[in-house]
Amino acid sequence: MHIGIDVGGTNTDAVLVEGRTVLAECKTTTTADVTTGIIKAVGGLRAAVAFEPAVISAVMIGTTHFVNAVVEGRGLAQTAAVRLGLPATRALPPFVDWPPRLRQVIGGHSYLCHGGHEYDGRVISPLDEDELRRVAADIAEKGVRSVAISSVFSLVNGDFERQAAEILTAEVPDLLVSFSHEIGRLGLLERENATIINAALRELAEQIADGLVESLTAQGIDAPLYLSQNDGTLMDLEYARCYPVATFSSGPTNSMRGGAFLSGLDECAVIDVGGTTTDVGMLNKGFPREASSEVLISGVRTNFRMPDVLSVGLGGGSVVRETPSGVEVGPDSVGFRLSEQALVFGGDTLTATDVAVAAGLADIGDATLVRNLDRTLVRSVLDHVCDRIATQVDRLRTCPAPLPVVLVGGGSVLVPDEIEGVSEMIRPEHHAFANAIGAAIAQVGGEVDRVFTIDENRRDEVLDSARQEAVDKAVAAGAKADSVRIVEVEEIPLAYLPGNASRVRARAVGDLVLERARA
Amino acid sequence: MREIGAAELRHVARGAAILGTGGGGDPYIGRLVAEQALLEYGPVLVAEPHEVPDDALVAGIGMIGAPTVMIEKLPAGEEAVTAFLTLQRELGRSITHVLPIEVGGMNSLAPFPVAASLGLPVLDADCMGRAFPMVQMVVCTLDGVPASPLAIADEKGNAIVVDVHDNNWAERLARSATIRMGCTALLSGFPMSGKQARDVTIPGTLTLASRLGRLVEQARREHVDPCQAIASFLGGRVLFTGKVVDVMRARDPGFAKGEARIEAHDASCRLEFQNEHLVASRDGEVLASVPDLICVLDEQGEPVPAERLRYGQRVAVVGAPCHPRWRTPEGLALVGPAAFGYSHEYRPLGV
Repeated sequence: MHIGIDVGGTNTDAVLVEGRTVLAECKTTTTADVTTGIIKAVGGLRAAVAFEPAVISAVMIGTTHFVNAVVEGRGLAQTAAVRLGLPATRALPPFVDWPPRLRQVIGGHSYLCHGGHEYDGRVISPLDEDELRRVAADIAEKGVRSVAISSVFSLVNGDFERQAAEILTAEVPDLLVSFSHEIGRLGLLERENATIINAALRELAEQIADGLVESLTAQGIDAPLYLSQNDGTLMDLEYARCYPVATFSSGPTNSMRGGAFLSGLDECAVIDVGGTTTDVGMLNKGFPREASSEVLISGVRTNFRMPDVLSVGLGGGSVVRETPSGVEVGPDSVGFRLSEQALVFGGDTLTATDVAVAAGLADIGDATLVRNLDRTLVRSVLDHVCDRIATQVDRLRTCPAPLPVVLVGGGSVLVPDEIEGVSEMIRPEHHAFANAIGAAIAQVGGEVDRVFTIDENRRDEVLDSARQEAVDKAVAAGAKADSVRIVEVEEIPLAYLPGNASRVRARAVGDLVLERARA
Repeated sequence: MREIGAAELRHVARGAAILGTGGGGDPYIGRLVAEQALLEYGPVLVAEPHEVPDDALVAGIGMIGAPTVMIEKLPAGEEAVTAFLTLQRELGRSITHVLPIEVGGMNSLAPFPVAASLGLPVLDADCMGRAFPMVQMVVCTLDGVPASPLAIADEKGNAIVVDVHDNNWAERLARSATIRMGCTALLSGFPMSGKQARDVTIPGTLTLASRLGRLVEQARREHVDPCQAIASFLGGRVLFTGKVVDVMRARDPGFAKGEARIEAHDASCRLEFQNEHLVASRDGEVLASVPDLICVLDEQGEPVPAERLRYGQRVAVVGAPCHPRWRTPEGLALVGPAAFGYSHEYRPLGV
């Protein structure tokens, strides 16, 4: 059996899972140091179901800790960006278009060096070792401990990034290195930005990783630890120390995947109604559809693969107001103070939860306190909620046929059973733990995203080799070979280029080998 | 003459992306490069065509190559200046004004680094009034203004001048050189007198892009439908609103070619694209066709490039009239449906 844990901004949720069965669940408050909350949550599981720590084969954790660190600008290391590409790219040096505050927090040390490749693999200019040694000396003098290395078209050829790292670390032995070709996609600025953010989080990642191991060891658990990534697959702890940035959007991804898992569906919409917001997403082959555009993280433009999730300011804690033009629900919420401020808890703020209790949809707090709520008001609040959620579902729908919807999250009592365009509304058991369950789905992936030169007669061969590479990467990441399947292949010919270059993306996913992970 | 500063570039870039009709490249990189130049050298003067003296020497500037490559191999910044100075040396005379060859997409801002660093005014005009994929697809071709001599420069400082028989050869040779240069280059050509510039360019298009970009922001602020606002501003109309339910991409090397189906409750719209959005039809009936503008916009009024069309997007398809010169028989021969391999007859967009 294994444990899934979701460390959210407010709550830390944990589940104990065996196969497809949830054996125990526990909700505690997230603590500032993360680890105390986890110790409490695991302790809660053991209180619910007695188990020996030795039977745990793996622990999977989803956390918003790293993305929050960037948003709040805390715990970030002094970071240098070394870009290989001169004479190209000089017009737009690293950190261009960054918010000044964040740039200042991590030092904004920027170095433009020779190197880089053309789209077809030709060299733009050879690596200049002396130039890199001078960079290393400067980095050492400035006390920079983490470096992001990017090179033009490193997705076509990553050698220069690796060679530059060797030169830098020969001069500055303890330097932490993040490679752009391992982190991002095509689009140098966005990929470099993601790599810089990753580099800035490396020290924090070490601390958190050590803290996680410690908190589990304190419970006697020595099973391998995994962290959830944006796309819903897992990475092991050693990988997470190097790629903290890959955890950024794991929260919504986990609750969507958890919802789908609980319902047994893999083509559906998932609605997660929390205390403050409602997230709506679509699952395709069990994985969230991916957002297509650039993503701003704390004002920095990146091209992470993020799930396509629509978020509206509507949840169980949303404040309800009557206005001349009708009823308003949210976007402000009483949040975790629901148990003090909501009417059903003796407070004086009318919230969506009070309306749900008055309508008999939920049994929370003291129902007698909302007995006298105006029925017309209750009706119009529920209609309003229904309308807004239906609109979001419709925006995400990809075909005219009605679609099954899985409802998860504490606030989901607010959503009626009938919504336009929805064929079936499923409220699975354990739905309040969908995010922790999503973390516990043990799958790992591999991905290829590169420009290939495609000879028309050898097209299938090229696509097959891209597929195979994705599969190999998934197996290398710990997937059971016979369980790996391709979940996505996309080929985009490069526009305005009368050659035959195409950008090919392939992604493979398979089940984690739990036995091997144990050894 | 008026000044364009860094703040206004944002509006121009957004408006230019809309006029790019799905192609022309994402202006983000172009805007950043232009912004850096303006921050370094100060604002750029923009001249109306009527403010240009007869004997002025005007030269066009634009990017050639693959936008997908440019987002990876970022510019050095001096490419346009190198191309411009190479052309000037070839002409043996000082060029007095720079002209955007194409207002659609990232090319709208290509002349700004040159104008800022050399202190020259940019002409408020262009040669397409939208985006087209090839060098010869400019109104100047209709008036017999040659692209030649044409200078092409890359980020390494390489530059060549092509002296060509006609504008089709300019496209072929410039394109071949660009591929060897690594698929992105800046070109400077179409040298013309001030009088010619007045006669053969499409005036006011930079200001149009700027106002269009500003309009989108304003519409959002005032909670007005930005797509409707864009359509009215361009003298066109919203042809269809719905959800992208299918995108098929053909394998045609070098082109983002294919078609998309957009559906509403009981109707569906077919959108055909080749880098740019070229034909919108419904039940086999053409609603709008190249050379008229077909802009595909998301709910926020952001243009959706042909390369980024995806299943599930909610979009409005806006049709807008092209410049009248494109509707003449010569214009249609150069950029009409047949020039892109379509067999339907062009009918001007009904408004």
